[in-house]
Amino acid sequence: MASISLRNVVKRYRTGKTELQVIHGVSAEIADHEFIVIVGPSGCGKSTLLRMVAGLEEISGGDIAIGPRVVNTLEPAERDIAMVFQNYALYPHMSVFGNMAYGLKIKKVPPAEIAQRVDKAAAILELGHLLQRKPRELSGGQRQRVAMGRAIVRQPQVFLFDEPLSNLDAKLRAQTRLEIQKLHRELGITSLFVTHDQVEAMTLAQRMMVMNAGKMEQFGTPEEVYSRPATTFVASFMGSPPMNLLNHAPGAKADSILGIRPEHLDIGDTGWELQVETVELLGAERLVHARLGDEKLIIRTHEDQGAPAVGSTIHALPREERLHWFDAATGQRR
Amino acid sequence: MTTAISPMNSGRNWVAHLVILLGVAITAFPIYVAFVASTLTTQDIAQAPMPLFPGGEGLANYLQVLTQGMAGTYLSPPVWQMIWNSLLVALAITGGKIVLSIFSAFAVVFFNFPGRTLFFWMIFITLMLPVEVRILPTYEVVSDLGLINTFAGLTLPLIASATATLLFRQFFLTIPDELVEAAKMDGASPMRFFKDILLPLSVTNIAALFVILFVYGWNQYLWPLLIITDNNLDTIVVGIKKMIGTGDASTDWNLVMATTMLAVLPPALVVVLMQKWFVKGLVDTEK
Repeated sequence: MASISLRNVVKRYRTGKTELQVIHGVSAEIADHEFIVIVGPSGCGKSTLLRMVAGLEEISGGDIAIGPRVVNTLEPAERDIAMVFQNYALYPHMSVFGNMAYGLKIKKVPPAEIAQRVDKAAAILELGHLLQRKPRELSGGQRQRVAMGRAIVRQPQVFLFDEPLSNLDAKLRAQTRLEIQKLHRELGITSLFVTHDQVEAMTLAQRMMVMNAGKMEQFGTPEEVYSRPATTFVASFMGSPPMNLLNHAPGAKADSILGIRPEHLDIGDTGWELQVETVELLGAERLVHARLGDEKLIIRTHEDQGAPAVGSTIHALPREERLHWFDAATGQRR
Repeated sequence: MTTAISPMNSGRNWVAHLVILLGVAITAFPIYVAFVASTLTTQDIAQAPMPLFPGGEGLANYLQVLTQGMAGTYLSPPVWQMIWNSLLVALAITGGKIVLSIFSAFAVVFFNFPGRTLFFWMIFITLMLPVEVRILPTYEVVSDLGLINTFAGLTLPLIASATATLLFRQFFLTIPDELVEAAKMDGASPMRFFKDILLPLSVTNIAALFVILFVYGWNQYLWPLLIITDNNLDTIVVGIKKMIGTGDASTDWNLVMATTMLAVLPPALVVVLMQKWFVKGLVDTEK
């Protein structure tokens, strides 16, 4: 059983006499075979959380369990996990085969079995013809696949990915994303994937954990996180352009923030009165930057609908069923 | 590395070549003179001006110094013996320094222990204390330990090296943390990491240090002079100095020059041989 249990996990850094808490009690239950993405802005603590699961950082409070075992005091090698790093972290002086075989060699797996496992992983990742090359003779995408191969070969209970696509160019990123999805379909190993990119999160996750400043703001399917964000942070983090959050929308309840996504406002004859400030054409759609009183709004319209003139007054009607209400003080969803 | 000289440029290139040849001539000339002197007889040298072309006594001179040292003076054992001593001393110092400093740097960079910064700074500060400054206390300690005139007394005090530790430390700091973490995930113990990953990556540094430290060890003069009292254990550098007469006896300069040429050979050989490792390491390493 390769479930992961995070129970009130806390991380504190102590420098001299000052103590800084960076992770504030994160709890989550991850089932066997799930592909979980941890997403959030830089500095939110997602990598720190991953590294605590990996055993590369000490856990200051709470428990982390992999399967039935609580792993707080176990060394990384004892946790039956494998990690793929952002910068691949391949051993530069060893061949691709050597890189993939190293962990098994240390575990004293017989050479015949090592060869068999490496060949199998190489076949899945299409690395068969590269086995004798050194990392410096490979492209970025190939190196990342070797890093994944190294993880697969260990046949771990959990895969940990630390922003593995960040160092690849856009096209390669899209390609490798698909390969990771395919890998998960074929191998079904529980995976924790850390990224700051919401597109990666939305496309790869079965469930995603949105983190902000050391707190887990929401943990749900991409659908849930996008259509029913739990806090104003999640609402504005997911979606591009971000959700409009208004303090003084017409018809707003007191002490509430109204949220409406740019694509859920329809420009027409009725609705809110807005001053158009800028219009951007993105090809298939247009972004209308407008002003409602003293607050700014973005509306996403189809390019067929014609561009409103800059400086003119338009009316936009928000779709009732797409309104989100948040408490102004706490940012929590009402 | 050679750059092809196109026919169009050859006119301007001869100036560059001339300058280079001049530089080589100035640097190499003293060595050439020494070589010529080693092939002459004592009388040829004593008569000024000394001929600038090799004479015919070369073989005889070299054979004599190698097998008998300076015949007639009790101060000099056969040169082959002194070269052997120097070789042992230089290799021991080089090996000892490299082993000690690579482990010190490994400890200081990859482990977190109380007093870690303090220890590093202590090592660093000793850089300000060359052998000559600490020679009297060192002599007393070695003497108290009964190590005067022994191989251990000759090499041990010179084995701790702040320079080498610093060099390795700087190199180890360039190793990405992720590489260490990947090794941890693979289950490598610290010593396993050291042997399988750190050492292969350090080969260029070790080769470079080997050359520097070997020449340093080979050239040691003051310490061997103090410590060694038995002539048979003299190193070649000390031996050469002892061959030069102190006024009463006349010096057989041709033999001294022959000895000098022989003394220059092993370090030169080390530099030439290690160059292959240098280049190989430079081409190979890349993170």
